[in-house]
Amino acid sequence: MDTDRAEESGRHDGSTSAPLVDRRRFLAGSAALIAQGSATLVFGAAPADVTEGDPMRTPGSPARRYGDRSPFEAPVRLSGGSHSLTPLEHLHGIVTPSSLHFERHHNGVPAIDPLRHRLLIHGLVDRPLIFTIHELQRFPSVSRHAFIECAGNSRSGWQGAQDLTLQELHGLTSTSEWTGVKLSTLLEATGVRPEAAWMLAEGSDAAGLTRSVPLTGDVLSEAVVCYGQNGEALRPEQGYPLRLLLPGLEGNINVKWLRRLKLGTAPFMTRWETSKYTDLMPDGSAYQFSLVMEAKSVITNPCGRQQIHPGFHEIRGLAWSGRGRVRKVEVSLDAGGTWQEAQLQEPVISKCHTRFRFPWRWNGQEVILQSRCVDDTGYRQPSREALVKVRGVHSNYHYNGIQSWKIDRDGLVRNVDA
Amino acid sequence: MAWCETSMPKRWLLGVVLLLMASCVVPGRSNHEQAGALGLGRPATADDIRAWNIDANPSGEGLPVGQGTAAGGAAVYASKCARCHGPTGVEGPMDRLVGGRDTLASTSPVKTVGSYWPYATTLYDYIYRAMPFDAPQSLTVDEVYAVTAWLLHENGITEADTVIDARTLPQIPMPNRHGFVPDPRPDVPGP
Ligand code: HEC
Repeated sequence: MDTDRAEESGRHDGSTSAPLVDRRRFLAGSAALIAQGSATLVFGAAPADVTEGDPMRTPGSPARRYGDRSPFEAPVRLSGGSHSLTPLEHLHGIVTPSSLHFERHHNGVPAIDPLRHRLLIHGLVDRPLIFTIHELQRFPSVSRHAFIECAGNSRSGWQGAQDLTLQELHGLTSTSEWTGVKLSTLLEATGVRPEAAWMLAEGSDAAGLTRSVPLTGDVLSEAVVCYGQNGEALRPEQGYPLRLLLPGLEGNINVKWLRRLKLGTAPFMTRWETSKYTDLMPDGSAYQFSLVMEAKSVITNPCGRQQIHPGFHEIRGLAWSGRGRVRKVEVSLDAGGTWQEAQLQEPVISKCHTRFRFPWRWNGQEVILQSRCVDDTGYRQPSREALVKVRGVHSNYHYNGIQSWKIDRDGLVRNVDA
Repeated sequence: MAWCETSMPKRWLLGVVLLLMASCVVPGRSNHEQAGALGLGRPATADDIRAWNIDANPSGEGLPVGQGTAAGGAAVYASKCARCHGPTGVEGPMDRLVGGRDTLASTSPVKTVGSYWPYATTLYDYIYRAMPFDAPQSLTVDEVYAVTAWLLHENGITEADTVIDARTLPQIPMPNRHGFVPDPRPDVPGP
């Protein structure tokens, strides 16, 4: 079995229906409410006796050392072992809570003691150096928001529409605020030989994952060696204690558990940039080092497998581009026949998820909703048809076709090719 | 970006060298003295580097002293790889390693070491660092060379008695060596 294909396809052996509430935490709550059953609770039918469970009549719980969400909140990642998917349909704004950031690892999440971890920078440098995490944190720091999207996100699109949820289809993208030291700052400390053009980045996981990073102007000005995520230390699944952030480039090259950077003259041609993450074309050739994640947008409300009712709905979605800022998002209510501009929520940040919205009233008739985006390079998100015409159906990675949601008269939302 | 549009790797190299020479692409380059003066990090010794410098690249750089042949590799494969990749490298259940030649342009492409991988050195690098999956970095250098030799032979690329070592491995002509093109995107017209 090609594990890579199975794991990034968005298909799962396990059940896809998460429990409405976390049972364990829920049981710790009010016994009176339990009697009502979880579904009623979540959707808020009032208890018969209005004083029962009235938060104004019982002192609340004391302060906690490390916070958790309300026991009434249930969205979870869907996990397939070596990957997990972000429940995009349940998120607000642009930041992905660290606990819900998607995961992809190639031989498990290592448990790393930060006191023992080191970063080695060597190869074509003037002064090979070894850093502790503490030393890296003493360097001048930077923070920025950026999305990270797995190159395999949305890959089932190559095969044609499957009747799945948004999370299953597109859940391998997430946004965090990342904090660390700029790669260029570290390279100033080591000095770089003029003939250096590529850099091998190596993780200290059981895959020993390695990728070659081209030392382009973009990379040198934007790459960050990160220790922080959304205000705290990186999560283990996100590379604790150290990862590389290459804004806009495919997830896999943002090497986690980073232990080594080696500068060289040419790409190192690791398995991860030859056997994998290369895009097979119909003529048998393959694109290599197709690192940028091209512009994409998806409507997150309403979306796949949801049930909606006639009346007002705010169409909401996310758009992003690995090349820069989202300039414009358009929404179609007639399967691409006509398009109207959606409103972009500030802040609109380069190489970051951008929230868009569009007010809409559903009249109960069959309808196909789509979104498409344009980034500030003028690149326009293509249709699936246009993508497949050029790249065929075997390229596996980097799918960014326009997503179509069909709503039937019964209000069920389904993924379709339109 | 320049590197996606030109042929690799010489044009990339040139572009990057030019960029590096233009001081504007390394922000704070004028602070070079200052950054150096932070005095953070310690010099890496030759021993430090040797302990971690495990990669091997297409030029052969990084390949250690040692050797192996397909005959020796058969035993390594049978005892340490076959249970996941199948007795002949075809059956799985994990990634198929053998066969698939001339299928890449077909309606059911089969990507394997033999049909798809452009460089033989990647085999050494990957097996040494990552295989067997449940015991990475447990093979000796000679075992890695031997099982690499076996995989190349099973894929019809080398002879049974071809000696694989630091000198021969970079020269193995992989069938799909010229199958890759530098990223030509944007390649799809928008609406
Ligand atoms: C416990 C199961 C297991 C064993 C044992 C094992 N492998 Fe693997 N192998 C895998 C898995 C799983 C992958 C895919 C890993 C991934 O994609 O992250 C893989 C991938 C590979 C690949 C890359 C295939 C490709 O086309 O990209 C090679 C080569 C390989 N193994 C060689 C070996 C060799 C040689 C041995 C014996 C020394 C071995 N494996 C033993 C599970 C195993």
